[in-house]
Amino acid sequence: MTNITMVQALNLALRQEMEKDDGIILLGEDVGVDGGVFRVTEGLIEKFGEQRVLDTPLAESGIVGMSIGMAAYGLRPVCEIQFSGFSYLSFHQIESHASRLRWRSQGRFHVPMVVRTPYGGGVRALEHHSESREAFYAHMPGLKMVIPSGPRIARALLVSAIRDPDPVIFFEPKALYRAFREEVPDEEETCPLGKSRLVLEGEDLTMISYGAMMRPSLDAASELKDKDGIRVEVIDLVTISPLDDELFVQSVKKTGRAMVIHEAPRSFGPGAEIVSRLVEKAFFYLEVPISRVTGFDILIPLFSRENYYLPNVQRIVRSARQLLKT
Amino acid sequence: MPRNKINISDEIEHLSVLNEKGQLDKDLEPEISETLLLNIHRTMLLGRRFDERLLNLQRQGRIGTFAPITGQEAAQLGAVAVLRSSDWMVPSFRETAAEIWRGRTMESLILYYSGFNEGGRIPDDMNNLPVCVPVATHLLHAVGLAWALGYRKKDDVVMTFFGDGATSEGDFHEGLNFAGVYRTPVIFVCQNNQWAISVPRSKQTRSQTLAQKALAYGIPGLQVDGNDLLAVYSAAKEAVERARSGGGPTLIECVTYRLMMHTTADDPKRYRKEEEVQEWVGRDPLPRFQKYLIENKKLLSKEKIDRLETEIKEEIQAAVERAEEQKSKLKEPLEMFDHVYAELPKNLKEQKAQLAGELSGNKKEDGHD
Repeated sequence: MTNITMVQALNLALRQEMEKDDGIILLGEDVGVDGGVFRVTEGLIEKFGEQRVLDTPLAESGIVGMSIGMAAYGLRPVCEIQFSGFSYLSFHQIESHASRLRWRSQGRFHVPMVVRTPYGGGVRALEHHSESREAFYAHMPGLKMVIPSGPRIARALLVSAIRDPDPVIFFEPKALYRAFREEVPDEEETCPLGKSRLVLEGEDLTMISYGAMMRPSLDAASELKDKDGIRVEVIDLVTISPLDDELFVQSVKKTGRAMVIHEAPRSFGPGAEIVSRLVEKAFFYLEVPISRVTGFDILIPLFSRENYYLPNVQRIVRSARQLLKT
Repeated sequence: MPRNKINISDEIEHLSVLNEKGQLDKDLEPEISETLLLNIHRTMLLGRRFDERLLNLQRQGRIGTFAPITGQEAAQLGAVAVLRSSDWMVPSFRETAAEIWRGRTMESLILYYSGFNEGGRIPDDMNNLPVCVPVATHLLHAVGLAWALGYRKKDDVVMTFFGDGATSEGDFHEGLNFAGVYRTPVIFVCQNNQWAISVPRSKQTRSQTLAQKALAYGIPGLQVDGNDLLAVYSAAKEAVERARSGGGPTLIECVTYRLMMHTTADDPKRYRKEEEVQEWVGRDPLPRFQKYLIENKKLLSKEKIDRLETEIKEEIQAAVERAEEQKSKLKEPLEMFDHVYAELPKNLKEQKAQLAGELSGNKKEDGHD
């Protein structure tokens, strides 16, 4: 058991899986000698060599397209797109091929690959380095879309994503890379894809969130408990698609109040699907309309104003109090 | 300060062995066994007649849109004939002849063009990737496959096909660049058939040849007469041998012509002149190769070709009938949920159940729980 950051936890997952399976190949821009711009792949080229950790030319479609070919042959490529804002240069490879090759070949070829990419705001970065566009990938049949919320689950989730038989888009909340540490066991841990997690139990209100927004949600839950005596139930989705609605539907049937928190823009965001499921499956249990605390439907501003854009504890607390008042 | 010349190889050759008049350059004639020559000829003829039959089926409304290959048989078969079955082929969407050579059945093609996913099934023992519709995107899959072959210490190679239009795509650049950087065993076979739907080769690029693009990636490039089976074969053999022995990728530009439409949804009269088509009819790869087999090799005769035509016609008819029979058994729409994921997720189970309910006429009220 070691107390490590998310960067170290992801590195641990890659290292331990690569030791077990020589079909796992890492590729991407600066993932080798430099260890990745966030150092997630640090030390892996030294340990596994240039044949397993490939510093690629600067070409996102090339990285993803080549990974698809490797996967079709039976390898398990884990590629890195340096920032999710650059993943659109490989979007067609993911949409047109990674998600479809199993279907197109009627089961002959599988694409067991992982696309790791940092997403989200809060690190005072340049344009294209702060977006939260998980909905793009969650909308594609054939693909799985996951986002961890802390070091321990990041490690377990990456292990499961690598072993998964389907292509997985693995968004890493870059704001959490070094934000806090968690105890992560040395022995193997997995986290099944397509299963959400109950993080905090409560009776009055259900908060549904994931990724970097789990922290402000949990902080808000704690403030609501301390100051208002409100007992919030908090659910971490972990997998955005295929969405696990069982846990949150069950929770809202109990609490009658639901909030969805994400930093992605509101319209057509993951919250829209979550609210739809609640309307379909728990409508008669709802005491009040469902609330969404999300990014605004604008481009995320450059960093001097990004904190006004991103959902924060006060915004979540305010919205929760509104729900409890009505 | 002077401007110094940087010496970059600027050699691009054009290879022609059997010219359009059917005259043979004996010095360049490749050694091909009689059996192989006859097999290639048979598949060329089959490809041509199958195209005609597919067009017929399409016009009768019995199949949907497809992309004809007529005129490009030599450019495809000269290349794939060099491969062994453990090698890989990564097609685009206009390689019917090459696919048949590699073992794809005509009925599976008919099934595919009839709108059944089952037609896209690649048998487990066939090393082909499925057809790829988005132009040039599959070049990278070929490179990844080839990289994997090297990683697993195989001496198999990958051959991928694409058209002149594909060379304008970003993925053409990324594919050739990655292949060059990693020296992967890939043969890029460009079917320069002069037209990307309505856009002529001259409007795709200012480059004098497509083959010269290889130079920018530090890999060999060669232009061949794509309607000359012997030239295509020679170029492909050289490239495959180089790739197999660790010499890396090659770009081969086959100069050919699409004698028919882009797909059956297209009318070429809107953008090209009949005189141009007729010029290329004069360069047709099939009679040229037949002349070689009859006159130079004494392997064929008019009578033998006639017999072969009858045989092929029957073979195609039998495939059409088998496809019809298979289609009649493939009415189960619930199979559309198969193969999207390794295991059906919960939402898809629910949606599949919904469709199953509709199909069984089960109109049970959906209650809220």
